Amino acid sequence: MSAEKLVEIRWHGRGGQGAVTASEILAEAAWEEGRYFQAFPDYGGERMGAPIRAYTRISDSYILQHSQIVNPDAVAVLDTTLFSLMDVTEGLKDDGALVVNTSESPADIRKALKLDKARVYTVDASRIAVDTLGRDIPNTPMIGAIVKATGVVSREGVLRTIRERLGTRLGKTMAEANAKAVERAFDETQQG
Amino acid sequence: MRVKVKGKPVALRGDEAVAEAMRQINPDVVAAYPITPQTEIVQTFGQFVANGQVDTEFVAVESEHASMSGCIGAAASGARAQTATSGPGLALMWEMLWVASGMRLPIVMHVVNRALSAPINITCDHNDSMGARDCGWVQLYAGTMQEAYDNAIQAVRIAEHPEVMLPVMSCMDGFILGHTFEPIEILPDETVKEFIGTYKPKHSLLDVEHPVTYGSVVFHECYYEYKRQQIAAMEKAADVVLQVGQEFGDLTGRYYGLIEGYELEDADFAIVAIGSIGGTIKKVINDLRGQGQKVGLLRLRCFRPFPAQEVAQALGNKRAVAVLDRSLSFGAQAHQLQMEVAYALLTHGPIPKMVNYVYGIGGRDLLPSEIEGVYRDLMEVAETGIVPPGVRYLSVRQ
Repeated sequence: MSAEKLVEIRWHGRGGQGAVTASEILAEAAWEEGRYFQAFPDYGGERMGAPIRAYTRISDSYILQHSQIVNPDAVAVLDTTLFSLMDVTEGLKDDGALVVNTSESPADIRKALKLDKARVYTVDASRIAVDTLGRDIPNTPMIGAIVKATGVVSREGVLRTIRERLGTRLGKTMAEANAKAVERAFDETQQG
Repeated sequence: MRVKVKGKPVALRGDEAVAEAMRQINPDVVAAYPITPQTEIVQTFGQFVANGQVDTEFVAVESEHASMSGCIGAAASGARAQTATSGPGLALMWEMLWVASGMRLPIVMHVVNRALSAPINITCDHNDSMGARDCGWVQLYAGTMQEAYDNAIQAVRIAEHPEVMLPVMSCMDGFILGHTFEPIEILPDETVKEFIGTYKPKHSLLDVEHPVTYGSVVFHECYYEYKRQQIAAMEKAADVVLQVGQEFGDLTGRYYGLIEGYELEDADFAIVAIGSIGGTIKKVINDLRGQGQKVGLLRLRCFRPFPAQEVAQALGNKRAVAVLDRSLSFGAQAHQLQMEVAYALLTHGPIPKMVNYVYGIGGRDLLPSEIEGVYRDLMEVAETGIVPPGVRYLSVRQ
């Protein structure tokens, strides 16, 4: 997918899980690789627990359009309780990637969503977050899973961005823990 | 000839980029209402104040009416005063907008365009600032986040120009630009400082050696003359917007005029629009030009003063023109931008076939495919010579 000119990703999460931050970190990782980006949330009124959608648009050339993303190349779902509220695969390209934070297998997810298109990836991002960060904030491991599923940026690139961006904001220890979470997600993501 | 200044590329949200411009401008006074419908502009700027990164006297007021009143008092005292607002906040200022322009105070206000209640809606359309279009403020509308930052800086020079002395609204689309995280180029602090210069007010309430009165009672004997002078100043502002845009371009490489044309000169079919939709239209133009279609865009950067001559000159030779309004005038024959464009063409001619569209009300998205549909409509209008009566409402259930 990295050879494509424009890559569009939709993030589904709940307020507090870090979907908006994830959309921005991925964008910055692409920027570090000399590409253009936009990252934007669907709604500004973010409340703890409320369903959130965020988007990342990455391109080799300057991005002119500011319209919404309706046919994403990849969808990241940070919380499977959203399945009953909305169709998280809406508009997902037939050859797109669905990446889900769950302890279940890709086959289980495919069955639960009655999905016969797209590639399905699963990773227990919440487990990884608890192990590495001490809290269930699944956004950074989900970045790792999205990178694994799409190849939209390099593994090294995203790790560097995590260390730099989170290092400034959260300090070196937390940045390293987040980098570790990304690495684990990258290794543990399953495809089916 | 000055050497062009290289800016620093940074990743920011639109609101933060404008707050960054405000930090560099370092206004004497910012009076702002800090709660919804306020945007992150004031939150971010408030942090700069708290961190001591600016010298600004920050006044957290109880309403937007008070924030504009605070700016008026500060500006009349000779201070460089700024504020920011959005949607219903701008509506609440309405009375004081006329006071600011009537007193000829060069206040700069950063407006993040949002819909008006009811129903309650915090997403983008242009009804807030279009509702304030007749208040005597210069209005600039950004097409991109970079332009929003650049306009915020230029607005200071436009407002404070001795032959203008009018308040300026520097507008950008809420959420679409305000909340989007994008790379932009930030100028060095020193460059901004030098570009905007020091504000030396001609009249100041604090200048006790030369006492003046602001806001006196003036009835039929000369109120009208005050207003006539405001109209003249607004006309002059068009030249100043151009001058400042040229000077800013010489400095940064980014030139700005009253309008922006994209693939417009040889186009048969043109869309006229305001704001961030311009970028999406450009993408569609690139696609359609690839198929050999002669399509173009005219984006209004400056709505007040309205650059009638430039608009007419750019559109007169088109086979058909679509004007896209993101605001509503209930009961009008057409909406705000269309009315301006139509009168510009009527007075400057020739007059192409025109169709008025509305889009994006209350944050409704407009997709590239729908913009392509507008160009197809124009081709049909040119083919048949028939303009169906009435306004077309894009992407709405009816």
